[in-house]
Amino acid sequence: MTTAAVASAGQPGAWMGALRVGLIGSAVALYVSLNGIVPIFHARPLIQGTISLGQTALVLTFLATGFLATRRAPPGAAMTLATAALAGAASGVSLSVLLLVGQLAGIDVRAVFIQASPVLYEVLTVGAGEAGFWIPIAAGAIIGTAAGAVSLLPRRFAHPLLSGLLSVLIVGLFASILRTPMLGGPLQGLARFLFAADGLTREGAIIAFAGAVVLRILWPQARLRERAAELPDAQRRRLIVPLIGLGLLFVAVLPQMLGPFFAHVVAFVALYILMGFGLNITLGLAGLLDLGFVAFFAVGAYTVGLFTSLSELGLFTGSPCLALWDGFAVCPQYFWFALPLAILLAMAFGAFLGLPILGIRGDYLAIATLGFGEIIRILAGSDLLLPWLGGPQGVINIPKPIDAAPGTPLAGAFQIYYIGLVCAAVIWFVAIRLRDSRLGRAWIAIREDEDVAEALGVSLVQTKLLAYMLGAAFAGLGGAVFAGLIGAVFYTDINLFVSINVVALIIVGGMGSFPGVVVGAIFLIGLPELFREFAEYRFLFYGMALVAMMVYRPGGLLPSRIAERELHVPEAAERPDPGAVPAGEPAG
Amino acid sequence: MYTRLVDRLTDLAIAGFLWGLRLAVVAVVVVGSFLTLTSGKYQTETWADLISFGLVLGSIYALIALGYTMVYGILRMINFAHGEIFMCGAFGGYFTATALGQSGFLHQGPVNALISVAIIMLVAAAVSTSVALLVERIAYRPLRAAPRLVPLISAIGASFFLQYSVKGLFGPGIYAYPDVAVLKELAPVPIFHFRWMDLLVILAAVAMMAGLYLFVMRTKIGTAIRAVSEDKATAALMGIDVNRAIVTTFAVGAAMAGAAGALYGLKFSTINFFSGFYPGIKAFTAAVLGGIGNVPGAMLGGLLLGQVESLGPTLFLDGLEVPAPNQLKDAIAFIMLVMVLIFRPSGLLGERITGQRT
Repeated sequence: MTTAAVASAGQPGAWMGALRVGLIGSAVALYVSLNGIVPIFHARPLIQGTISLGQTALVLTFLATGFLATRRAPPGAAMTLATAALAGAASGVSLSVLLLVGQLAGIDVRAVFIQASPVLYEVLTVGAGEAGFWIPIAAGAIIGTAAGAVSLLPRRFAHPLLSGLLSVLIVGLFASILRTPMLGGPLQGLARFLFAADGLTREGAIIAFAGAVVLRILWPQARLRERAAELPDAQRRRLIVPLIGLGLLFVAVLPQMLGPFFAHVVAFVALYILMGFGLNITLGLAGLLDLGFVAFFAVGAYTVGLFTSLSELGLFTGSPCLALWDGFAVCPQYFWFALPLAILLAMAFGAFLGLPILGIRGDYLAIATLGFGEIIRILAGSDLLLPWLGGPQGVINIPKPIDAAPGTPLAGAFQIYYIGLVCAAVIWFVAIRLRDSRLGRAWIAIREDEDVAEALGVSLVQTKLLAYMLGAAFAGLGGAVFAGLIGAVFYTDINLFVSINVVALIIVGGMGSFPGVVVGAIFLIGLPELFREFAEYRFLFYGMALVAMMVYRPGGLLPSRIAERELHVPEAAERPDPGAVPAGEPAG
Repeated sequence: MYTRLVDRLTDLAIAGFLWGLRLAVVAVVVVGSFLTLTSGKYQTETWADLISFGLVLGSIYALIALGYTMVYGILRMINFAHGEIFMCGAFGGYFTATALGQSGFLHQGPVNALISVAIIMLVAAAVSTSVALLVERIAYRPLRAAPRLVPLISAIGASFFLQYSVKGLFGPGIYAYPDVAVLKELAPVPIFHFRWMDLLVILAAVAMMAGLYLFVMRTKIGTAIRAVSEDKATAALMGIDVNRAIVTTFAVGAAMAGAAGALYGLKFSTINFFSGFYPGIKAFTAAVLGGIGNVPGAMLGGLLLGQVESLGPTLFLDGLEVPAPNQLKDAIAFIMLVMVLIFRPSGLLGERITGQRT
């Protein structure tokens, strides 16, 4: 790395290093300002009356710059602080230049960059007007110095401090989601004390900070994990069973407390978990990058839609049911009848699309499947299939799987929440059994080296086809749940972004890792659904996440054990802990 | 014995399936064309118009395809973000064109219009090149030694990052290039209704492709690029700066794409942050069609794809009484992509790629 070279070159080199970090920080600061993150999220307070989310983005950029600069600082506390201050100040330069150009010189920056609005200038100058063009540099220097000071603190102080700040950030982000359910119940007073209409109150921020600090200090002393490990087996089992039971009960009761919106979001996450498990077989285990995964999702969704819809497109509208015995009949328009068919059809489709592309090499495969996905999307919306799939009008009026009256615990999104979670749990089990089977080992073998695998007796045709078919089956199930959740299928739902979502969540979670799929789905699907205000920046974040993951952590957040073993090259040990890389850095 | 029989049978079934697929596509093309041509619904003029449109479109695809093919040739990597680099160029060109239009320079006669077009293309090429070099530095260079899927995924990430950066920075709206009245006039070409703009696009594309061919074949750095595509390690041993060759490849490919972006904007007028995606994928199709890594192949592939996309819906589908065949023009391009990848992955002119194929 260049670190050693810079240090050995003496102090001028160190200053240049700080300046370089500062300039990258400067580019990032300008970028987050001009792409709208700063001005748009200025409207959303983190702590009411103290700091907005937009300002937080800038502060985080300066902090990260300061931290990174201290890594290359010459020894000595004063030098560290000076380096951090220099880098911080440098990272404010671009913003000051923007203010000079846009405000003082009066050049209409907005003709090109639409976000260079008066609101942005106001945020950057903290309301000081035209005379305040120097403020970003000063703020950068101060915040950079603060970062330098924190880096000088011993760990035992620095860690609780950072946890406190992180907790304020997280609680502030989730404020409205936490506040809404509290307002309806006995905690109303507490909710008003902790949370403002948007974001935290100052008291709430202090409590969040203090709570996290105390927890961070106490946590190592509790030694829960060690103590649990010391327990005898029988006792541990007696502890674990009620804990799991409690967890299940919590999951079951949660949506009833937090309302239908939350249930909807979790149902959505569950449906992406289903698809993620599917692609995890194709991509994670067998190493076949499928960018047209949406095709199977479409098959599942349209199958359920066409079978169960009450509109004129419904295949079985008004057709009679087959009474089996008293009070129990099978109707072709039942969701539960259509569901297995959707899975089977998706599997057949997986075989149909998988067959011709068996022989295509790795990266071409991605493009070929992308082509398949697009062909399906175009066909679904075309006039050619209009009489069957409804074209732009879509298949509407799909009833919910369970006929529950509004207001009951199974009404609307709630039942999809339970169905989705149960499906996800079942599929998780199936997927793990598949991975550990002979077939799963064959998948991993062809991922590692097709030729060697074939030489060892793995049938490439069968193994690959099964990977496509099983992946497709899971995606079909996801599509079926989707049709039930939304109650309609439009061709606009069948788009490339579905495929990209699934690929992204697998990459972020960790290729081949099943808990990783869950984590990835929660981060990439759940969070953007919860924070509708961030929806604009969702794919920007995906793009950044994909690049950053590939560069810094190719194994994902929760790498599978096999991937971990493979990716653990000796060189990786030298790298800084990727978890500690500040969020702003990959954007540089 | 039993398993061998099963294997033999599966192989047969797959071969049969693939032949069926080929026959189905050929049948649609042949029967559709026959029915359309015999129906007498379309005049020669219509076909001439479609062909000239296809030529313009194909020239632009060819220019973009060059970047794909060169990068693939040297790094064995699909630069998925190349379409976005094209789009960034189109945006750079848009702001230049607007500035020139507002100053009035753009509208003062044919000479000034040509100078303006040259300036617009240069700025667009410069913007694209800077973006491409940045992407290469951040998203690709650290991953050169990684397995193939890793840089591809990183490229997909870069592609989305660029799209949504442009959306955030410049807004989600549709941007219209200013009209250049002089270039919209009909050119004196028999049968084909070319406008000056069309001829400009075609000529500029041909000139750039010729320039690129000479650059790759005759200059020292061009030779270095070819040597690195052949064998990186040996090239390095021969004293070639591999890194410089790779960066130059990215820069040249991006400059072509940027200029293509400006031409696209001038010809089709409207752009937005998503304008690069489909042209990018289609240009990749063109590159594969011609044989990836093969510079003349990319040109041929681009022109062919332009024709198929322009003529295809009317020629193949109209006779089969498919409603609204133009809705399916992208589908035709994608089917062609998939067909080429399945049946002739080495393309029409053959790959110029040595080494292992995984």
